[in-house]
Order: sequence, then C-alpha cells, then structure tokens
Amino acid sequence: MKPFEYRRIHTVEEIGHDDPGQARFLAGGTNLIDLMKHEIEVPDRLLDISRLKLATLKDCENGGLRVDTLVTNTALASDPRVRKTWPLLSAALLSGATAQLRNRATTGGNLLQRTRCYYFYDTARPCNKRNPGEGCSAREGQNRIHAILGASDQCIATHPSDMAVALVALEATLTLRAADGRERELPVEELHRLPGDHPEQDTVLEPGELIVAVTLPAPQPGRQIYRKVRDRSSYAFALISVGVILQVVEGRVESVRIAFGGVAHKPWRARKAEAALLNKAPTEANFRLAAEAELVDARGYGHNDFKIPLARRTLIATLRDAAHSEEEVPT
Amino acid sequence: MTNPAAIGQPLDRVDGPLKVTGRATYAAEHAFDQPPLIGWMVEATIPAGRIKRLDTGAAEASPGVAAVLTHHNAPAQTPFGEPDDKGRFTQSRAMLFDEHIRYHGFPVALVIADTLANARHAGALIEISYEPDEEAVTTAGEEADEVPGELDGGMEPDLFKGDFEHAYDDAEVTLDVTYTTPNQAAAAMEPHATIADFDGDQLVVYMSVQLIGPSVKALANTLKIDPDKVRVLSPYIGGGFGSKLGVHNEAILACLGALHLGRPVKVVQHRRHVFHNAPHRGNSVQRIQLGASRDGKLQAIGHESFMPMARGYEFAEPTGASARTTYRTDAIKSTHRVKSTDMPLADSCRAPGHAIGSLAFESAIDEMAYQCGQDPLAFRLGNMPDRDPGTGQPFASHDLAECLREGAEKFGWPSREPQPGSRSQGRQLIGYGVASTIRLNILVPSKTRIRLSADGTLTAWADMTDIGTGTYTILTQIAAETMGLSADRIKIELGDSRYPSSSGSGGSFGAASSGSALLNACENMRTRLLESAREQGLIGDEPADDARFENGQLILGDKTLSFTEVLNKSGAAYLETDGEVEPGDDHDNYSQHSYGAQFAEVHVDRDTGEVRVQRLLGVFSAGRILNPKTARSQLLGGMVWGLSYALLEELMLDERYGAFMNRDLAEYHLPVNRDMPTIDIHFREHPDPRSNPLGSKGIGELSICGAGAAVANAVYHATGVRVRDFPITLDKILRHLPE
Ligand SMILES: Cc1cc2nc3c(=O)[nH]c(=O)nc-3n(C[C@H](O)[C@H](O)[C@H](O)COP(=O)(O)OP(=O)(O)OC[C@H]3O[C@@H](n4cnc5c(N)ncnc54)[C@H](O)[C@@H]3O)c2cc1C
Ligand code: SF4
Repeated sequence: MKPFEYRRIHTVEEIGHDDPGQARFLAGGTNLIDLMKHEIEVPDRLLDISRLKLATLKDCENGGLRVDTLVTNTALASDPRVRKTWPLLSAALLSGATAQLRNRATTGGNLLQRTRCYYFYDTARPCNKRNPGEGCSAREGQNRIHAILGASDQCIATHPSDMAVALVALEATLTLRAADGRERELPVEELHRLPGDHPEQDTVLEPGELIVAVTLPAPQPGRQIYRKVRDRSSYAFALISVGVILQVVEGRVESVRIAFGGVAHKPWRARKAEAALLNKAPTEANFRLAAEAELVDARGYGHNDFKIPLARRTLIATLRDAAHSEEEVPT
Repeated sequence: MTNPAAIGQPLDRVDGPLKVTGRATYAAEHAFDQPPLIGWMVEATIPAGRIKRLDTGAAEASPGVAAVLTHHNAPAQTPFGEPDDKGRFTQSRAMLFDEHIRYHGFPVALVIADTLANARHAGALIEISYEPDEEAVTTAGEEADEVPGELDGGMEPDLFKGDFEHAYDDAEVTLDVTYTTPNQAAAAMEPHATIADFDGDQLVVYMSVQLIGPSVKALANTLKIDPDKVRVLSPYIGGGFGSKLGVHNEAILACLGALHLGRPVKVVQHRRHVFHNAPHRGNSVQRIQLGASRDGKLQAIGHESFMPMARGYEFAEPTGASARTTYRTDAIKSTHRVKSTDMPLADSCRAPGHAIGSLAFESAIDEMAYQCGQDPLAFRLGNMPDRDPGTGQPFASHDLAECLREGAEKFGWPSREPQPGSRSQGRQLIGYGVASTIRLNILVPSKTRIRLSADGTLTAWADMTDIGTGTYTILTQIAAETMGLSADRIKIELGDSRYPSSSGSGGSFGAASSGSALLNACENMRTRLLESAREQGLIGDEPADDARFENGQLILGDKTLSFTEVLNKSGAAYLETDGEVEPGDDHDNYSQHSYGAQFAEVHVDRDTGEVRVQRLLGVFSAGRILNPKTARSQLLGGMVWGLSYALLEELMLDERYGAFMNRDLAEYHLPVNRDMPTIDIHFREHPDPRSNPLGSKGIGELSICGAGAAVANAVYHATGVRVRDFPITLDKILRHLPE
C-alpha cells in the first residue's frame, strides 16, 4: 500500500477543502482497501465518508424511496419497504458477496466497485484499465468472466455489481454532489460507461463528485425477478444475471423492463428485448425473439463464448417465470 | 462402565476449546518479547529466464525497511535439489540462490521491515528486469513422454499384466476415452507461514509443516548448518492437504532473513502468494481404454496418465492407482508419463493418485456400464476382484462389494430410472450416480515416548503433527484405553523436532502409524508397571495377562493398586517407556486398502446447466474406527472435496505467462455452505489385524476418492451429457442441452 493521508470528514462541505482530484472516498472499504493493498488504487488522500449523516432510507411523496449512500447492502436488502415493493433490488443484493461483506458494503460503494478481471488484479500484466495504453491481457487470455456486449478493443471487462443491475431495471436515479457543492441528478443507467478508448474511466462521475443518494421511483406494475447464474451457489460473481419486471395484461405484455449483469462494462439495459416484447403475447417464441434481438451484436472472446447462449437461455427462463407466476407485486 | 475416552468413543476434540477460543498457537502466532521483523516475498513475473537487473535502492530507503534480501546478499546455501539422490523432502530448497527463475511467482527478493505494510510497499519499489527464456514450457498434455523414476508412494510407473492389446482388441465391447483434470490448489485455510528465531546458536523454526523430521534435514541441508542446530515446531496446522508436507518457500526465506540479520523474522505467504509459492497438483490427461464381454465382464483395463513435473523437482502422481486396484480383469496396461515444465512445483495434493484417478476412471467405468447396457451398480458388483488386480497379492481384507450393496440400499438406488435424462421436476433434471472408493492403506515407521508420573498423569511425545484432523484426540484415546486413564490425565505433546521421530501427517497414515507406536509404548508401560509392582511385592505372581488397567489403577487377582501407589512405593518420580511400529510382512505380502461406496443425487437446471448436488451418501470400510466423530468429519471433508473436484476447482492457467490467474478464494472456487448437500455417512466397522496393531485403516483421504465421480456420473444420468473435461462447469453441459 502506498503511503497516503487519511482524513475523516463529518460534513459534505469538508470535501471542497481538498484537491478533489487526489482524493478517494472511503465508504465500506471492501473494494477500495483491497485495491490499495495491491497498489492498483494509489490515492494520495483518503476521505473517510463513513461518518457522514447519510445512512437513512426515506419515503418519497410519489411512492418512491430515497436511499442515502451509506445505507449498507444488508440494511437495504432487508428493509420491509424494499422487500415488498422492490423485491428485485432485495434479491439482487442478497445474491451478492457474503453476509459479512454486505454488512459493510454501502450503496455508493457497491455501484462504484471495480471490475474483477484477473489481469486488472495482477499488476505484472498489461491492463488498459489500470495503465491506459499498456494493452489488454484478457482479450487473448483467461476471459471466462468477460463481456459479450459493448466491449472495445481496449477492454472487455464487466461490471460486477448485482445491485446496479436491479437499479437500472428499476430506473433509479442518483443524487450527486460535486466538490464545489453543486448537485445534479443522474439516472443510474447513465452512471457507468462503455470502455471505448478510455477503459480507465468506469463512470461519468467528475473528480471529487460524491454519490449522495439513490432514489427508487414508484415501481411500474409487474412481477419482479432477479436471476443470477454463477459457478457456485453463493459467494461468486454473476456469469450472467437478469433483472426483469414484467406485466402481462389480458394475454399480452403491457410493460417490461430488462437488465443484464455480467455481460458488459456496465449494467446492461436490454431495450431491444423490451421493444420486441411490448404488446406481444408472453410466449416462449416471443421470449426467444426478444432475447435474440438483444444479443445480435454479442460476441465472445473464447472462454466466455458460452455467455451468449447462457444470456439467451437465462432471459427466456426468467421471462417465463415472471409470466407464469400468479402473484403480482403490489404497487 | 466404558471409559468415555476409550477407542471407538466419540470423544470431543481435546484441542477443540483451544481452537475455538483462539488459544491454539498457529505458526504465525507465536509471540515473542521482541516482535519478529516481517518479510514480504517479491515474486518473479516470468516463468523462466534470469534476472538481468535488480535495483533495491528505493526499497532499502523506504520507511521501516531493515534489509532487502536478494541473490546478491543472501546467506550461502546448497544448490536447489541437491543431493539429487535424496527425496524431495530433504533436498535443498534454496531460494535467492542465483539469478535463475524457476517459475512464475518464484521469489526474487525478500523485503524485511518493521511492519507488513512497510515491507509490502517497499517490495513494490524494487525494480527488476528479466531476460526471459523464450523456450519456457508452461503446459503439459498428452505429449508428455518422460518416464518418472518412481511414482509417489513407490509404485512403478508402468504396469503390464496379461496381454492388454489382445484382450482389448478381442473384447466385444470397448471404450476409448480421454479425461482431463485441471491444475488444482491445496487451498488450506491457513496460508504457509514461518517464524525463524534463535535459541543461542540454534535456529528455531515455527512453521506450518506436516512432516517434521524431514523438514529439519531439508533446512539444515539447504542452509548448510548442522541438523542439531535446527529445531522445528509445528504444534497446530490450519490444513495442509499435502501442500505442507515439506519445507516451502516462505520457510527458507524466513531462515535466510533471520540468519542475515541475526534477528527473528516472520514470513507469512499472502493468499495470492500461496497459489504459486506452495505446491499445487498438476493437470492430468488420462486416456482410458476398457474392454468387456457383452455381459459386462471386464477383460482389459488401460490407463495412460500424462502430467507435468516441475523441472528439477521429482514428483509423479500415481494417477493410475484406481485403474490398477479396483476391478477384476484379464489384462492391465497402466503407464505414467511426465513432462518437465517451468511451472510452479507440483506435489501431493489431497489423496495423490486416487483422487483424480478415480474421478476419471470411475467415470469411464460408468460409461462402460451403460455401453454394456447394465446398471452402473450391477456392473461394478459384477467385476469384483478376488486378488489385487495389479499386484496379484491377496487382499488383507476386501469389503468393496458390501459397501456398494449397503450404500445402494440406504440411498434408494433401486428407484433410479435406468434411462439417463428421464427424470425431472419442473426445470430440474434429476440424476443418480455411484462410484467405488478405494484408497491405499499405508503404515510407516513411527516412534513415541511416554511418561507415567507419580501423580497418575501420562504424557506422550512424538514429532507427529495434527493438521486439524484430530490426532491429539485419537492419541489421547489410545492412551486412555490402554492405560485405563481418563482423558484429563493424558497430555499429548506433538509438533516438535525434539520429540521422537514419527510418521508425521500425510497419505492417511498418521493415525495408524503414530497411534500404533503409542499403543506399543503403553503396552510397554503396562509391563513396566507390573514389573515394578512385583519388585515391590505389591502383587503376587498371577499371570500378567490377567492384569487389568482401569481408572488409573492396576488390578490383578484381589489386588487393586493405583499407579501412584506403585510409583511412590518404588520411589520413582515417573516411569518412561518407548514405543514404535514398523510395517511388517503383512504390508509386503497383502494388498492393503480402505474401501467405500459413494452415491450422489444431483439436479441440473435445464435452462442454465447449473448443477446442484442434493445429497451424497457414503458407506466406508476402514477397519476399526478410532473415534466416530473425528472419522466422520474426515469423510465429510473428503466428500466435499470430491464434489469440488467434480464441479468447481480449477486453477486458470495463462500459458503465456505460466501463471495461474485466479489467485484468490473469490475466483478459485471451493464449495461454500450453500453448495453442500445433505451428507450421509455410514461405517462398516471391521478391524483388520493385518493393517496395524490397532486394526484401523487410513481414512483421511478415503472419501475424496470416488465422491467426485459419483457426482459426475449423476450429472450424466440427469442429462445424458458426459463431460470428460473436469470440472463440470455449466458451460460444458449447456452446449448439449436442448433449448
Ligand atoms: C470476495 C468478494 C465477493 C464479492 N461478491 C460480490 C457479488 O457477488 N456481487 C456484487 O455485486 N458485489 C460483490 N462484491 C463486491 C461488494 O459488493 C463491494 O465490495 C461493495 O459493495 C463495495 O462497497 P464499499 O462501501 O465497501 O465500497 P468501498 O470499497 O468503500 O468503495 C468502492 C469505491 O466507491 C467509491 N465510493 C464509495 N462511496 C462513494 C460515494 N458516496 N461517492 C463517490 N464514491 C464513492 C470509493 O472511493 C471506491 O472507489 C464482492 C466483494 C468481495 C470482496
Ligand atoms: S479487460 Fe479491461 S480490465 Fe481486463 S485486462 Fe483488459 S483492459 Fe484490463
């Protein structure tokens, strides 16, 4: 770990006192500290935000829920409102990591966790995300867990968060605060970038910009399902995950939202699949057409080729489950 | 009343309270008045070649750094691998010896500092450039063509019995398939760790090691010091699985650091180090050819094994062991070939030979059963041997058929649909699998000394180790039963090279070997006590055989004397006796194995190919069970490893760098609680007097052999898909499952 300066802050106003470019926010630390030990992240300064008063869940007037950034993954997953109204989010959170990690992990930290690409973690190997211009070791290397959609020649990494997939399907928004105090709102879907020529940039956040909260809108009606496919039954990142909200009215799809995890550099909102399904009958054949529509541009890099059929099959299976369940989620 | 500590009783682990309260001192935890300095290992990033330039200036100037050790300044050592006529456990394991890189991850420097953080950061400041060897060999497969000197455990690399080619060509039903198993890590919970300290001019080494005696020799040899000047302590080990049999890299480095600085140095391998700096199991290619008559009688068994061998480190795994020992046949061809590679050291790992041998062989046997149109259980039962098929020796005992029968009944095997892929529940395909389990039963020379004190307590000493298996506990029971003492009167002292030389832990031989030596010492003690009592005139001349030893008392005729009385009367503060065991003719003349049968039920998701094991059942025959509780735990662990080999574990090799890429426990997949099915374990208890004086047999590695194949066979039965490339991850099933 490279020596660094540590400062605990108690109000967001204190952020502006530092040169924001040099500092990193420390929340639960379950990802950042690991990366600092490996000297993959080498901040000059750590601003410990864990004592900020940003750990509450608040009902919004329109039926939504505002989740402050320091709400832990455990607290969020077990909140009765979340379990009842946004079960997709609760299920996604509970499928991630372990109870111990979830007790410590925060909402903002979870969104900003970095890729698990093996080469990103091995500082002896070239990696454009770590050192732009160095090359990508994964393209021709071990890439079982890598992207099939939206990758670039520079980087084929995936974003590992389960929670983010649910938030994208639920169309949640972020409240962000720049170092100078300006606030802005941003759909979670727009937070993460595709790698393009700048895989070193995971997100569109400006230096020093703080995630203050995530707001869940009142959910659209329909059955919510999160399905995570992985190599072991717990404590493994998703090979493919799918979040679905499906409403079927009188034998046709009234509304649908779909997001994939494990397929791209960001949680992947499957708008093509959604468009293909809307107003159609919820049949196996239509599910397949929808999945194929989304995956036309998918490509594998060897070890991860199987993710293309797996994504298709998992989406079909999840839509089938959602369509055939009696139980409708109350709104 | 039975002594609750007697052999066969489910005595709780005597070291349990120490472990769950954190008072059992593991290698890295030994405390000193002056805390040791901390060493951080800096690893090579090429598989082979030499160091061209090494600049340690910035590291040396970094805060807290006491020394940076490299091949330029490390103390003198014997060259790696010498003397070459000695086995790998005593040969030199020199580190920082010269500029040559043996494998990816090979230590090129040790940074020694006041804290781990300072050492680790300074490590990142070392600048190294390499001249890589362009010819580096980082893979091994079917092209392996070197004949190893001998196989681990002493088996011959090649075995030919009968006329294999003819028998195979003439067979009505034949099978010729190739199975592969990946590189696997031992993945013990406790990483390899060592503290090197001094006691006067003696080097005192606290380390996590399974075999103490050989490690003293290895350290003395490597460091060119007198073996008397080395003491090794290893009282507790947090799992070894073969990877801690010998001395490993951090131990040599800690000693070099301590010798260089004249101060204690601690080196704990980081989890990411362990994957390259502790030995692993190499990948295997196993070609299996079977020939049988149409009615399912095996006539030819062929097994060709191809594996890597780390250059300069002689170790060849007896992968063909299962093919040579399990079924009756007219002809056997079993060969082992290795290929020298520039890969990290390959060595023993969780049941070398049978574990991955049975994974492939018992899967192939299953294939053959289906080809002959037989139930896989019936096929196995129809091919039981009456002598050891490979050696022709008679069996000391043989209980495989009974294990299979009993297991089948308990598991509900008869309810199985014969046709693969024919049973489902919702989207889950359901399958049953079976496999035979067989594991070599070994006895190795072992010694013990015991002392019976006048206060009626007994202490036993041996340089034996307890790798978390329950050795302290079963030794307590052997002494308790033989001497008629309660557990709290007995103290077992292990893990110190000053104690009598024992078997150490490995190859499932620990309990039998160290236990038999202790039994012998206790029997000698009984004789001594009787003699002493007789000399004092405390007893008459009734035959010694009539004497009983109970509740700390000697009972003979109408006399009941406490041990304390006998000792007090004789004026001795204590009595000491030695005990030992040597494998005798029964091990030369008989085929000695433990047996079992394992059954698995799996569910396979027809959409995603995910496999979940629903239940595992095993029936085991391993002689006399010393403690059903610790025995069950051993078998339970082995079944979990078996499941893990079938479905999960794989070191992902990047051939370009000779490096395993998934070097952490998030990505090297071991089973977690949720992967664990219901596990049902039964014993068929038949003490085997030819095995050893206790009548017990090896149990530690038994259940891993076969458990994986039972799971793999269940996957086939569920899906009709036979995956021959382990582990069976979902992608390998998915491509064959209709959408
Ligand atoms: C072994 C293991 C397995 C795991 N498995 C899974 C899994 O299956 N699924 C899954 O989704 N996750 C998994 N995780 C990841 C885990 O969810 C994340 O580590 C965790 O959510 C990060 O939260 P944190 O609060 O600890 O973040 P930190 O480590 O504190 O921070 C992470 C990043 O976010 C930044 N940050 C934190 N808060 C803010 C804020 N408010 N504003 C701006 N920037 C901020 C930090 O500066 C840092 O760059 C796993 C982690 C481990 C170690
Ligand atoms: S995929 Fe991205 S993170 Fe992985 S090695 Fe390539 S550039 Fe680095």
